[in-house]
Amino acid sequence: MAYHSFLLEPISCHAWNKDRTQIALCPNNHDVHIYKKDGTKWTKIHELKEHNGQVTGIDWAPDSNRIVTCGADRNAYVWTLKEGSWKPTLVILRINRAARCVKWSPKENKFAVGSGSRLISICYFEQENDWWVCKHIKKPIRSTILSLDWHPNNVLLAAGSCDFKCRVFSAYIKEVEEKPGPTPWGSKMPFGEMLFESGGSGAVGQSSGGGGGWVHSVCFSHSGNRLAWTSHDSTVSVAEGGKTGTVTSLSSETLPLLCVTFITESSIVAAGHDCYPVLFVYDSAKGSLTFGGKLDVPKQAAQKGISARERFQNLDRRASETQSTEKDLNTLHKNSISQISVMEGGRNQCTKFCTTGMDGGMGIWDVKLSFALGKKITQLFKVMPSLNICG
Amino acid sequence: MSKNTVSARFRRVDVDEYDENKFVDEEDGAENQLGPDEAEVDSLIRQGNLMEALHAVLKNPPINTKNQNVKDRAEGLVLKVLSAFKSSDIEKGVQSLDKNGVDLLMKYIYKGFERPSENSSAVLLQWHEKALAAGGVGSIVRVLTARKTV
Repeated sequence: MAYHSFLLEPISCHAWNKDRTQIALCPNNHDVHIYKKDGTKWTKIHELKEHNGQVTGIDWAPDSNRIVTCGADRNAYVWTLKEGSWKPTLVILRINRAARCVKWSPKENKFAVGSGSRLISICYFEQENDWWVCKHIKKPIRSTILSLDWHPNNVLLAAGSCDFKCRVFSAYIKEVEEKPGPTPWGSKMPFGEMLFESGGSGAVGQSSGGGGGWVHSVCFSHSGNRLAWTSHDSTVSVAEGGKTGTVTSLSSETLPLLCVTFITESSIVAAGHDCYPVLFVYDSAKGSLTFGGKLDVPKQAAQKGISARERFQNLDRRASETQSTEKDLNTLHKNSISQISVMEGGRNQCTKFCTTGMDGGMGIWDVKLSFALGKKITQLFKVMPSLNICG
Repeated sequence: MSKNTVSARFRRVDVDEYDENKFVDEEDGAENQLGPDEAEVDSLIRQGNLMEALHAVLKNPPINTKNQNVKDRAEGLVLKVLSAFKSSDIEKGVQSLDKNGVDLLMKYIYKGFERPSENSSAVLLQWHEKALAAGGVGSIVRVLTARKTV
């Protein structure tokens, strides 16, 4: 596990290159900085300056090595590495509000941009005119799109929105791809078709059907058959596609979670305003989502004897005799974690993931998965500082 | 000065009403949500069976109804039950509720905070402490983010 403090400002968004030696991040301004790993240090090697507003989303295509960025200036740029420097190409998104998130599709022939204009722009490269064009998905989105994630078949797109709903749309572009085969989410997938919509009226007493908060983050599982999302009413939900499509939610006791990812087909790691990642385990047979444990640095050992003088000083300063109170942040990140990304192992056997947050720092977490034959996931061992899952 | 600044009536126009993109919540029907059963709850309080009274008063929450009277009556009833508890029994009462029950209790507690009466705040604060221990800050977040509440 490692923690590196890049800045004193929040890291708005980040993206890794294919071999995880370089990270592109936005230091809460109009630029994108690219850092390269130098042993244990990180050195800045590029500064991408083109946006006129805060850069709200970055995604780095691993195979074609292109970076797409989107910003509050309502633009998106596709950057290509030419002769050692990154050259931008403007993409006209035709939106009149800020762009909020951007994601390359798995085959990297198109990307999706979510924006405050209540629509999603699907952009693809038109060879004849040699530039990027976009198509809009509008209905029935009624508020800002906060997060996007592509299904592995390159056609389906999950979108989490401020109208309290998580949806799955088809982003099939006939100019760049073949017609997709049927999936558990549906078989007819014309462009813009909505194949799934979570509940979201926030009624009490419903264990299924989302909640009443903004959907901050969505993530497909490795197979694409499961979809997880976190909502601002402190819930995390998993939907399983299929005829008997089920939605399972867990109301957590923590502050809202801002980002989520699958690390195996049945386990989810999420993080948010509580500043530490949390594990959830999904059991599709029982249809249950359970809290699996908090992943973070272990608490410091209890205080050795405190002198009488210190006791009185503490009483004076903080009305309590001990050095540290419950309120102290013993977590790795000192402020909310806003983005989580899988570094190694993919979404079905993740061995490393990375978190960035509002404290300007980046944490890299190791996950140890041991698959004992036939054993159910009954215990989680936290060996400092990695996580062991037996399952 | 031009003539049209004489009248200030334009300042009373609510422009949001004319916004065609205005977000309207989904209607959920449920005109027949009547709130907890008053007679049942009263009889349980009189019998001294406070645990049952707590469970009874948390049934049928008037969440989807637009009728303010129903909501006020429900809140008053809940407050009656909460005040009838002895301080030492509050924790047991909270433990007997499931997750949704704790969330609903938290909603009623905050509703009660909105309009404090003689002793209500003290009682509600005691209940709040125990409900927080059971539901965590997540239950308070759900009170704040709920679109339709009691």
